Amino acid sequence: MSAVLVFFESLSEQLTTSQQELLTLAGTLGDVHVVTGTEGAAAAEVVTVQSVESVYSGETEILAPDPALVDLLETAVQETSASVILSPDTADATDALARLAVRLDTGIITDAVGIDAQRRVTKSVLAGSYTTTAQVDEGRPLVATVKPNSVQASIVAGHPPEVVSLPVGPSLTADGAANGGVEVLERTPLEASERPALTEARVVVAGGRGVDGNFGPLEELADELGAAVGASRAATDAGWIDHAAQVGQTGVTVSPQLYVSAGISGAIQQRAGMQTAQTIVAINKDEDAPVFEIADFGVVGDLFEVVPQIVEELRRRKA
Amino acid sequence: MPESAAGTPLHIITLVKWVPDSQLERRFTEERRIDRSEGILSELDEYPLEAALQIKEAADREVRVSALTVGPAGAATAAKKALQIGADDAFLLSDDSLVGADLAGTSTALAAAIEHVRADGDTDGEHLVITGMASEDGESGAVPAQLAERLGLNLVTQATALSLEEGRLVVTRASATEQQRLAAALPAVVSVTDQANDPRYPNFKAIMAAKKKPLTSWSLADVGLGAAAVASKATVLTTDARPPRTAGEIITDEGDAGLKIVEFLAKERVL
Repeated sequence: MSAVLVFFESLSEQLTTSQQELLTLAGTLGDVHVVTGTEGAAAAEVVTVQSVESVYSGETEILAPDPALVDLLETAVQETSASVILSPDTADATDALARLAVRLDTGIITDAVGIDAQRRVTKSVLAGSYTTTAQVDEGRPLVATVKPNSVQASIVAGHPPEVVSLPVGPSLTADGAANGGVEVLERTPLEASERPALTEARVVVAGGRGVDGNFGPLEELADELGAAVGASRAATDAGWIDHAAQVGQTGVTVSPQLYVSAGISGAIQQRAGMQTAQTIVAINKDEDAPVFEIADFGVVGDLFEVVPQIVEELRRRKA
Repeated sequence: MPESAAGTPLHIITLVKWVPDSQLERRFTEERRIDRSEGILSELDEYPLEAALQIKEAADREVRVSALTVGPAGAATAAKKALQIGADDAFLLSDDSLVGADLAGTSTALAAAIEHVRADGDTDGEHLVITGMASEDGESGAVPAQLAERLGLNLVTQATALSLEEGRLVVTRASATEQQRLAAALPAVVSVTDQANDPRYPNFKAIMAAKKKPLTSWSLADVGLGAAAVASKATVLTTDARPPRTAGEIITDEGDAGLKIVEFLAKERVL
């Protein structure tokens, strides 16, 4: 069976849902090997999953955006003769895979939602208005990033994978810029949220101009639904919520099972980020809001009355 | 180094792309290529232009801002818009062999064009390539990294703030889990997000001034490439328009809309 390399720039103590999805997809394509910047023994513990044969890591931990991650990937490709190299579609992983594709003189396809046994890659393009399939030329390895929520995660605990330490170390040094390179001046962890990550969530509750600075009711609904909170650009630009929450053409694209849109008019840039959601529920005071053109269920009404009622009813049904 | 950098001219090359207007319906042609019969300057490319102009305005040394685009003849419109916004000169690489180019072909062509601009009379200066976070049509965000790899330059992507301090580029960016401040020596490739700045609009004076600025057009041969060098390595096999979403049930709240939403969710089995 051919070898499939899966690249995780780093691994924490447990696999995220989207990491599980990626390992599931990789398992349908061949023998799976994981490459990661995380130290090998720690990584192996996390990916003790059936179908994962080995874990390739550097001599010590290598943190993105260190280009040494590309050296690590390149060496792992040589070691495994992998014909498929996959990663999540994060910015750091995309950078590493894009550079790897240049070194391997092959094509890269980003944001895949499916890959079949013939290495045909399906993706959603032009803001979800088209679905395409594409293929890298025969005889060249396929390099692709994969979007979350694309496959159903299905992994089974297995034997600990073999740990292979490759002769690659970090390249970003403290005086890197003075020596012609890049250096990290400061790293600040983003606030970890109890809620699922926006791009990975199966339910997203999003607010726009209509929330008028008060995301409280939407956060309550999100907690009730186990959802992530998103926002339109109007809401993030107003400073009501962090920019990382922006759903849309210049923010993140989400494809959840359920998208609840509250107080968002649904301009085309917003729709671009969410119109591949399976079910869309919209609440807006303006009956002419464009969001109603794509909503499966729409309510013309005040979100400050409707949303608390949803929360109350959900709690009543749970009790 | 800070002192020596002060007198060195800096050449900033900003990449701009002519893309179908995302406000309008975009479609694929029968040849499975994005229909490029009409277009605009990608909105996401106004941010790198603004970043370049702000660096120029803050600098105490000579800074030249060039706009570079690869695309069909119509892409000259995007280059001209870049001149109106404030670029000093512009370059358009246009060639039939580039029609439908994938990421590999596009980044190869751009890298050769950048080398050509750099070799074009300013070899003594420092160089900085600034791009948008992604193109508005392909949306991959993979070109900046491929360029850095091909050109052997430092790479910093997804900048939310950037400035030139003591001759080095200082960038703030967000990764998936943390915010980072990085310093990069020039030459470098940096991509900026739509959080990096507020792009300016060209005024009448700038529009008139742009008419006198040079716009140079090249073919692949002009930048030293043959068709084989930019051949795509990934091929699009099928393009299917998604059936448009249709409106479902729309109700007006009569005091029970929250209950009706929960009923709908239960019926759809998404609870």
